[in-house]
Amino acid sequence: MTSSNRRPIYMDYAATTPMDPRVAKKMVQFLTPDGEFGNPASRSHAYGWTAEAAVEEARKQVAALVNANPKEIIWTSGATESDNLAIKGVAHFYGGKNTKKGKHIITSKIEHKAVLDTCRQLEREGYDLTYLDPEPTGLIDLGKLEAAMRDDTILVSIMHVNNELGVIQDIGAIGELTRARGIVFHVDAAQSAGKVDIDLSVVKVDLMSFSAHKIYGPKGMGALYVRRKPRIRLEAQTHGGGHERGMRSGTLATHQIVGMGEAFRIAQEDRVKDQAHVAALRDRLYAGVKDLEEVYVNGDMTQSVPNIFNISFNYVEGESLIMSLKDLAVSSGSACTSASLEPSYVLRALGRNDELAHSSIRFSIGRFTTEEDIDYAIAHVREAIKKLRALSPLWDMYKEGIDLSQVKWAAH
Amino acid sequence: MAYSEKVLDHYENPRNVGTMEKDDPSVGTGMVGAPACGDVMRLQIKVSDDGIIEEARFKTYGCGSAIASSSLLTEWVKGKTLEEAGQIKNTDLAEELALPPVKIHCSVLAEDAIKAAIEDFRGKAGNTDDPGNAA
Repeated sequence: MTSSNRRPIYMDYAATTPMDPRVAKKMVQFLTPDGEFGNPASRSHAYGWTAEAAVEEARKQVAALVNANPKEIIWTSGATESDNLAIKGVAHFYGGKNTKKGKHIITSKIEHKAVLDTCRQLEREGYDLTYLDPEPTGLIDLGKLEAAMRDDTILVSIMHVNNELGVIQDIGAIGELTRARGIVFHVDAAQSAGKVDIDLSVVKVDLMSFSAHKIYGPKGMGALYVRRKPRIRLEAQTHGGGHERGMRSGTLATHQIVGMGEAFRIAQEDRVKDQAHVAALRDRLYAGVKDLEEVYVNGDMTQSVPNIFNISFNYVEGESLIMSLKDLAVSSGSACTSASLEPSYVLRALGRNDELAHSSIRFSIGRFTTEEDIDYAIAHVREAIKKLRALSPLWDMYKEGIDLSQVKWAAH
Repeated sequence: MAYSEKVLDHYENPRNVGTMEKDDPSVGTGMVGAPACGDVMRLQIKVSDDGIIEEARFKTYGCGSAIASSSLLTEWVKGKTLEEAGQIKNTDLAEELALPPVKIHCSVLAEDAIKAAIEDFRGKAGNTDDPGNAA
């Protein structure tokens, strides 16, 4: 049934999404000589005014999805830049020469590398970092978070939905803790915007990172929500013409911004429908493989977005499984760590043993996934697991009743 | 991750998959690697009375390159003396399979596996004076 002409079935929506055709159609209107190509900062002619209007319309659309004021939305090149701007921006402002409130920052071990690596950089600059361990489900325990808060804590950064596991953190409850202590709270919402309902007039989040390409918008485009009441201050990380209230200089890419706006507008309209669609498909997928013996779901199915489904098939190594599923595009561990030989740091942080970390597959589905896609995936996964377990000495040992944790391995 | 055709061939049609009786005096078993590394190979050889490897079987937990390395190894050792088999170099395996640098360690593990199987065989009573052992 394998066809070298046909592309694999895409089930890696958490890595990126195709643009919704409606988004692309809107974007191309802002490129060529007959389109609206003006610089939105050009105050003196209609080319600039039209482009600016389109940018402000998109700003309203992004704000609307999360019930924020458009003035609180800053355009960036993606969630990675938004994370950098938020975390470094707060750290340098509140921990620098201006206020000297403190230099302690709290985050979690399962954040995206854009957050973790930014934090590592701040450690090199002399900031004090606490990296919280999640519970085995991937959820952050609020008691442990509270216990980590000190008088000199200036920032807490916890992602809303984890990209590998799909688990949803309780940002409402965390916001209560941070606001009560005057600590700035940043949330990476790259995987949650358009999937989980977010109301920034209710949750006490001060900074929120958004990504366009995770929600059927263009790559290279994102935004950062910066609260105005109470007012959050940031040190800009990119200097120049003072765009975006001085927080992020650089000519605005109208076509990219319009694309993100349209993607967010569609997400707001279709969120409930989209999520019901993927929930049914995820349940179908799980039902099709759960009887395979020694199957473990990573994360927490009750506190998770249904479009990300991370599952380990014990005693089968992940890369060999993906090789067997050559007509399916999935990932083992996050896309960002696929170049390394290390098992997923997220799964390790959950306390998963190394076999389960090495044998994990992340299926992430979306708006364009069909039932046929799921049934195909189920059939191929079952066949692949059967074949690879027949090849696996660990499966033999398990079947013989040997406790693998007691074996002395001759690793080199 | 683009796999070479030979790796894909061994992966789709692995040679000599299986198990031999571990306690059989003519069988040597080598188990190398660790689940923590994502690679575990079990290689078994059946040795004739005059020190020739008659049969080989393998099972591998690992990526496509690891499976291919161990499958290819079982093909190569058949018909060889223990000494000859012990001289198989991982670089030869890697070259035959066109392994990229990041997967060379899979061939190293395969070389370790055959050496471990030979050592296991020689360690069994009555096997220390086989004609193939010059040392």
